[in-house]
Amino acid sequence: MRFVDEFRDPALAKTLVKEIEAISARLERGRDKPFAIMEVCGGHTHAIFRYGLEGLLPDLVEFVHGPGCPVCVLPMGRVDDCVAIAEREEVIFATFGDAMRVPGSKKSLLQAKAEGADVRMVYSPLDALTLAKRNPDRQVVFFGLGFETTMPSTALTVLRAAREKVENFSLFCNHITIIPTLRALLSQEDFGIDGFIGPGHVSMVIGTTPYRFIAEEFKKPLVVAGFEPIDLLQSLLMVLRQIEAGQARIENQYARVVPVEGNPAALKAVNEVYEPRATFEWRGLGSIAGSGVRLREAYGAFDAERRFAVPDMKVADPAQCRCGEVLTGAAKPWACPEFGKGCNPETPLGALMVSSEGACAAYYQYGGLRGEAA
Amino acid sequence: MSAHPSPKRRAFGAKTITLAHGGGGSAMRDLIDDVFLAPFSGERRDAPEDQARFDLAALSAKGDRLAFTTDSFVVDPLFFPGGDIGKLAICGTVNDLAVGGAVPVALSCAVIIEEGLDVEVLRRVVGSMAETARAAGVSISTGDTKVVARGACDKLFITTTGIGVVRSGLDVGITRARPGDVVLVNGLLGDHGAAILNARGDLALDTEIESDCAPLNGLIETLIAAAPGIRMMRDATRGGIAAVVNELAEASAVGVRLSELSLPMRPEVQGFCEILGLDPLYLANEGKILAVVPPEEAQAALAALRAHPLGREAAIIGTVSDGRPGRVTMETRFGGERIVDMLVGDQLPRIC
Repeated sequence: MRFVDEFRDPALAKTLVKEIEAISARLERGRDKPFAIMEVCGGHTHAIFRYGLEGLLPDLVEFVHGPGCPVCVLPMGRVDDCVAIAEREEVIFATFGDAMRVPGSKKSLLQAKAEGADVRMVYSPLDALTLAKRNPDRQVVFFGLGFETTMPSTALTVLRAAREKVENFSLFCNHITIIPTLRALLSQEDFGIDGFIGPGHVSMVIGTTPYRFIAEEFKKPLVVAGFEPIDLLQSLLMVLRQIEAGQARIENQYARVVPVEGNPAALKAVNEVYEPRATFEWRGLGSIAGSGVRLREAYGAFDAERRFAVPDMKVADPAQCRCGEVLTGAAKPWACPEFGKGCNPETPLGALMVSSEGACAAYYQYGGLRGEAA
Repeated sequence: MSAHPSPKRRAFGAKTITLAHGGGGSAMRDLIDDVFLAPFSGERRDAPEDQARFDLAALSAKGDRLAFTTDSFVVDPLFFPGGDIGKLAICGTVNDLAVGGAVPVALSCAVIIEEGLDVEVLRRVVGSMAETARAAGVSISTGDTKVVARGACDKLFITTTGIGVVRSGLDVGITRARPGDVVLVNGLLGDHGAAILNARGDLALDTEIESDCAPLNGLIETLIAAAPGIRMMRDATRGGIAAVVNELAEASAVGVRLSELSLPMRPEVQGFCEILGLDPLYLANEGKILAVVPPEEAQAALAALRAHPLGREAAIIGTVSDGRPGRVTMETRFGGERIVDMLVGDQLPRIC
């Protein structure tokens, strides 16, 4: 496949791995623990496992799988809210596929569907708008979820609904934003991450400038990366080179997609439709100030939270789960007592086990090879 | 079956199926007679009995064990590029018999029809079943028709059951893989799954991927002749190649190592999977078998598959190992290694 195979070239991968090995050999002196490089984005986690990249790296370098899988950080209470909306008689609840199996405290959307709720899987928020136009006597609610990557598409859908006066359409907004969460992570005292692989598609929207505080205030390198194996290996090498040189800069490996200033048209739509929430709850991480957005007053008519009496459930994560530690890189999935036992892809306790972008599902499904040896 | 001088068949003139066509009266008889029996038995006139009857001596001449299998088909949409529910219903059961080393002999066909179905649609499906059965060399010997109220089923459900005779001396089975054995497939993977997802039209992708739906008994016959020591065969339908390899690894208590670079796949299917975040290893096939043969027969098996029209893109995709029993791994294209597990439910497209 053109424009894809080039970024999966085994010979190029070998060259990059050799360079990573060489730099890690030079860095090894005086180092008693591996360099922990966090890939923030779930898409990167998925690619790392799909291509078996961990197994190619020297022991001195390890990937830590960060909180960038939107399905995984969705708190149980929000899923309960979704189910409550979906179970209303008049509602068609439209959602992206991989949100269907995320467990709520009582059931997932898939279970609610089996019990009679009208839940439909769509591929784009615009499909939900089409559903609304085709079903004027029903209320169509789209489950808006994801970081800045998906925000522009839901914002544009709301703008179009407003323009075309599709009054039976609304958005259940669960969009989150990565920057406040990165700041919260970096502010933790024991945060042992040495560098970051920055999210590619989020950056395509927001650009690279918002990450500058990571280098300037926290003195950590970050390289915005693409999603192919060559992208990831090259980005890792770029982070290690900064570490060797004692630098902390924001670099852009994914320049073929990510402009420094982001996508102004997308940002304009996002700012037009959304405003920050005071706080938003993340699964495993707790509430983080300014990390969620909601619809502005001007578009309140399309806000499912205002249209329906959403119960706004607060449900504590199961006490024995260690999702939070896994999300922040403090623990590997297999360190959790429930991993592969009470929590597995068939009966997930935490969302990290549900999405193919979740670290636990990825370890369970693809990886675990290192974990077994450890 | 005995020939029977039945009266001339009556033509069936209705445009749509109604509940009356399932009522057991003359409306139902006309439907069965004209829409089903005419295409299924052609000029042959079978006695209107409630069961098909087979001569045991004739069956025994083909082998020494009877194979018996059943499958239901509920595909949406009914027609898709490369096939339809009727073709699928014949191929599925013929292939389930053939992968057991059996020569397929006869099928039954039970249909559940939602009232309101266009009779032309039904005729097209039945015509496709008859044509596929002829191509596969099996007869459709008995059947049943039910009509249910609107909403009680989705347009048309078909169940086919088949019998076949297992060739004497041939012993293929999922528990028979041994370390060192070689794993083959007969062609491009994932076409059917991609074609169906695309034909549902939700994605609006402009590509003409066709289902690989085909009866494989002819191909399997040449494979068995070329590799008489063959250990097992399975058709890689729901759950894709990944499901079959996992079942095999577990049942034979062996490890299996696949090689990503050797998996035959159409660029369109790869692109389709890239866009949706799907893994082609889990996409359904309807004309692909996975076969395990002893190493000394691998090249002969590959050559035999490639010489057949349904096996031109055949490939060796992996080997059986003495690794952890039940564990399937895949060497990725740059020598990394990943685990290939079974799916829990359906593959769900990813958000971003």
